[in-house]
Order: sequence, then structure tokens, then C-alpha cells
Amino acid sequence: MSGGTSNFQSNSRIVNWIEHRLPIFSFMDAQMNQYPTPKNLNYFWNFGSLAGIVLVIMIVSGITLAMSYTPHTEYAFTSVERIMRDVNSGWLIRYIHMNGASIFFIVVYIHIFRGLYYGSYKAPREILWMIGIFILLAMMATAFMGYVLPWGQMSFWGATVITNLFSAIPLVGDYIVQLLWGGFVVDNPTLNRFFSLHYLLPFVIVGLVFLHLWALHMHHSNNPTGVEIKDEKQDTIPFHPYYTIKDLYGLGLMMIFFAFFIFFAPNYFGHPDNYIMADPLVTPPHIVPEWYFLPFYAILRAFTSDYWVYQVISLGGTLMSAKLAGVIAMFASILVLLLLPWLDRSRVRSSKYRPLYRFFFWVFAIDCVILGWVGGLPPEGVLVTIGQWSTFWYFFHIIIIVPVVGVLERPKPLPDSIAASVTGATQAAE
Amino acid sequence: MSETANHAGQPTSGGAEIDEQTRRDFLIWSTAAVGAVGTAIAVWPFIDQMNPAADTLALASTEVDISQIAVGQSITVIWRGKPVFIRHRTPEEISEAESVSLDQLPDPQTDADRVVKPEWLVMVGVCTHLGCIPLGQKQGDSKGEFGGWFCPCHGSHYDTSGRIRKGPAPTNLPVPSYEFTDDNTVLIG
Ligand code: HEM
Ligand code: FES
Repeated sequence: MSGGTSNFQSNSRIVNWIEHRLPIFSFMDAQMNQYPTPKNLNYFWNFGSLAGIVLVIMIVSGITLAMSYTPHTEYAFTSVERIMRDVNSGWLIRYIHMNGASIFFIVVYIHIFRGLYYGSYKAPREILWMIGIFILLAMMATAFMGYVLPWGQMSFWGATVITNLFSAIPLVGDYIVQLLWGGFVVDNPTLNRFFSLHYLLPFVIVGLVFLHLWALHMHHSNNPTGVEIKDEKQDTIPFHPYYTIKDLYGLGLMMIFFAFFIFFAPNYFGHPDNYIMADPLVTPPHIVPEWYFLPFYAILRAFTSDYWVYQVISLGGTLMSAKLAGVIAMFASILVLLLLPWLDRSRVRSSKYRPLYRFFFWVFAIDCVILGWVGGLPPEGVLVTIGQWSTFWYFFHIIIIVPVVGVLERPKPLPDSIAASVTGATQAAE
Repeated sequence: MSETANHAGQPTSGGAEIDEQTRRDFLIWSTAAVGAVGTAIAVWPFIDQMNPAADTLALASTEVDISQIAVGQSITVIWRGKPVFIRHRTPEEISEAESVSLDQLPDPQTDADRVVKPEWLVMVGVCTHLGCIPLGQKQGDSKGEFGGWFCPCHGSHYDTSGRIRKGPAPTNLPVPSYEFTDDNTVLIG
């Protein structure tokens, strides 16, 4: 890692004894205290550290929930109710975990859109960005399996609908679904393995976060100008105390927001049907996933046999079924983000100096919100059309608009350096 | 012995060098291949444990008494954890199912291919789209546009033979293997 240079020294003989054998103190000093950070970061740069803290909160609340939770179809629902009523502070821990998942996704989505706006995915941060996408995928898998654990109606039917997606895969689809279930329906074996994996994946995320930070510390944070650090003395300040205090302030604000939901609207993000125990013989009339999956659910459902995009990519319906096309599109909507560093041809990072891209960025952000809105409503009437056009735009933006704008656009003049941007000098002013 | 020592050290001539290279390549590649196959074999049990276990497979058949089901009534029984619909069809339902021409069906199948005795329709009550349970078993349920079953999840309509007629589901409701052990008993599976 290329952190700050550490002049770490200690008077403690114990610390020096350890340092001589495992240089962990100088390492932490270089990476967390001295670490040079652009001096112009705005509040959008808080969301990375916030995500890390929420991850820790999820792990602590999850491990303590697991002490009273029973992963068995006959006991799971009642064990969660027991956590809510009888276990000391159980209600608090469960509400922290339940709402924590939503807070986690809010924070991470803002973090991702920050990257999109300021071009943080561009060289030399491609791998940093890609690891971030893998973290998102792991979070989604974790949250999906966690939602199954309380074994309510939405748990059961959400799991049924989502695992059934894999049956769209030609030839081996049904076999894969059976493998996922460990039976012929979502049942006890499914609940057991989901609990096992729900426990495992957050620690995989911790590992990915470590790689994410390692890649970050190679080339340091991007910043609102998108101009690289040129002179460490002029352009940067040490992480501690400047950004530790700024991150701490942001943390306070987030915790107020988080606590509001825990204490005053704990079921706001949830669905009332999940307080009914799973019944494999009765499907609720309207199945919806958790809010953070809604844009992707909308993309999945956009693919009906008469959708023109489906007709085009399946060569008039011959290549694959609409169901399979929907599944592929849903996964592709995330995986395509891995290619973004190469799709964006512009050498300027920050949207601040890219008026045309900035316009399309906001259209894209609104498009994602519309997808989320449509995904939560029954697919009827004009909503189907809106969902289909928003799905089209999602891919059109990433695959066509981003490369074309990158080539055609004339960016505004960039500041000479981070320091110059603070004092107002630009290249044009030279 | 001296030969082996020589191989490990400097080869004595150009010929020996080439010989050395191919021998070493062979060793490297065969070690890698054995390692890869061995790893694959070792990994398999850890994946296979996810497949249905022996006791899950053992629950494979269910016996049902159908003597109490009046004409026009349906019951739902559980087979392998899935709901199975058993319907005592009315003469109108049977003639409707039989009269449909195959080119109107997204998943063409005659009614005769889907029943053992026309008055009894036995099928798995799991929507072939994404696995919801279609409505139509109970008296007040919506039966869809074709008088059979209707899946509320994404709007699939099934006819009186359980065949898909409209909506996103790709195939008909599947018919499990079953037999009538006597006039009043069905053995499913
Ligand atoms: C990436 C971090 C995590 C995320 C996003 C996450 C997400 C979720 C979600 C959405 C639920 C459903 C909550 C509900 O509706 O009741 C849940 C439940 C649960 N999670 Fe996690 N989780 C995470 C980490 C963990 C960890 C590390 C454990 C440790 C074992 C854990 C244990 C549990 C348990 C026991 C439940 C069932 C109790 C309940 O439903 O409240 N979780 N999780
Ligand atoms: S699951 Fe029945 S229509 Fe989608």
C-alpha cells in the first residue's frame, strides 16, 4: 500500500517489542493517520466509511440475533417473535438488523452514484471500482438470504420466485433449482443453507472491503475536481485529524437518521405480510421484494414476449424465452457496470467539467428511481410501458450514451491542481 | 545417482537441455492435471450435499382417498412438499377442455394426454412461471378467463385442463405420474 510515510515512534517498550516483530503500528499509522487525502473532499466522500461502519453494525447485530434464532421451518418464525417479545433487548437488536440492511443499501447506492458523478471508476481505479461491484453483489445475496430467515409469507414467496428464476436456464435450469432448494420446493433444507450462507457472506464482504481499501490506498482518493494529486504538500492533508473528524460528524448524522427508523418507524421499509408465518399453500396476492431490489425487479419484469427489446435480442423470439431474457437482463444490469471504466472514453473524470455527461448522469439517476417505483407496483397498463422504456434507457445510457458523450463532448478547462482549484486558478486563466 | 544430480544441475550438452525441458514440462503439466482432477473430485461431495437428501427423496409418493370429492369440487394435497390439485371435473369442463384446437395453445397438448380418467384432473398446482400457487381451488376464487385457474402473481390464465392460455407462464401445469389403485384411491408419485 502506498500510505503516508510513517515516522512512527513509541516510548512504550511493549509497543516497540511488537513493532520489531510485526510492524503493525507503523502500518496503521501510515494508512490511517498520516495517510495523505485530497484537501477538497466534499460530504459525498463520507459514504465509504459510513458503509464500513454499517457493515460492522450488521455483523454485531447479526451474530447476537443468531444466538436466539432457530433455522428450522417450524421454529424460525416463532424464534423471531420470541426475540421480539421475550429476549432482553431482542426487539432492539432485530430492528437494528432489519433497518440496518436498508441503511446499508442507501449508503452504498449514494457511494456508487458519487463514483459515477465524479468519474472515480476511471484509470487507475478500475480494479477498485470492480471490487466495489462485487461487494454490491455479495450484499445483495446476503440481504436476499437474510430476508428468508424470519420465514414469513414474503420470505417464503420471495425465495420461491427468485430461486425459480434459475429454471429459465436451458437444459440444467430445473436441476440447478433443485440443487438450490435441496428438495422439490423451498423447505427446511433451503432455510438451513440460507442461514449458513447468510452467516458466511458478510465475512466475505469484509475480505472484499480490505481489497477495496488496498486498491484505494495505491492511488488515493479521487476528489471533486477529478484532478490527481500532484504535490502531496500542496494538495493533501493527513487523514487524521482532518477526515476522522469529518467522518465522525457524518456518522452522527447517519445515526440520527438510522435511529429515527429504529425507534419511530421500524417497519417502514418492511412488508406487513412478513408478519404472517410462511404458508406453502397460499401465495400473497402481490409479491414485492425489498425496496433495494425494486429497480432490478422492474428490469426482470420488463421482458414480456411483446417487448421490442426482447424481440430484437432474441431474434424475434427464437433465441431464448422472455423469462430467460429477463433473468439475463437483470444480472447484466449490474455486471455491465464492471465495463464502465472502458466504456467511458473521456479523459476528464469529474462531471463538474463535463456539462453534457452531467445532464445524462441526472437523467440516468432519475431513470433508476423510476425503475424502483415501477418495480414496486403491479405490472399493469401504462406501468408496463414505463418499465420497459426505463429498462431500455438504463442499458442505452451505459452502453451507448456514455461512450458517445465521452468522445463528442468538449469538457470545460480543468484546474491545474487540487490546490489551484481551491484558490480559483484554471488552465484557461494561465 | 550421478545422472540425477547432473539433471538437477547444469546440463552437459544442448541435447540434454532439450530433454531436460520436455521432461520438466511433462512433470509440471501432469502434476497440474492430477491436481485439477483431484480437486474437482474433492469438491464434488461439497456441492452434491446440496441435492435432495435420501429422506427427502423417500417422501416421493402420496396416497389420496377421492371418494368424498363431489362433481365440480377440488382438493389440494401435498406431494413432495408441493400442492397437487385434484379436481372432479363437470361434463361441461371436460367437453370444453377436449374441444380446444391445439393451435390455440402456447404449449400444445390434448386433454386426453393430461388425464387418466377424463372426470379426474390431477396436476401439480405450481405456476410454471415463477412458482406461485394459482387460484381456482376454492369456491369464491377467480378462475381466470378460461374457467380453470388464475395465477395472481404475474397474471397467468390456465384452462379447465390446466393448460396455459394467457400470461407469462411458458408451459402447462405439470401432470405428476399417478395411478388409480382402485376406484376411490389415487397413488401419486
Ligand atoms: C452484510 C451484512 C448483512 C446484511 C445486509 C443482512 C441482512 C439481513 C436481512 C435483510 C434480514 C431480514 C430481517 C427481517 O426482516 O427480519 C436478516 C436477518 C437475519 N440475519 Fe442478517 N444481514 C447481514 C449480516 C448478518 C450476520 C453477520 C449475521 C450473523 C449470523 C446475521 C444473522 C441474521 C439472522 C439470525 C437473521 C434472522 C432474524 C431476523 O429476521 O431478524 N446477519 N439479515
Ligand atoms: S408465478 Fe404465476 S404468473 Fe408469475
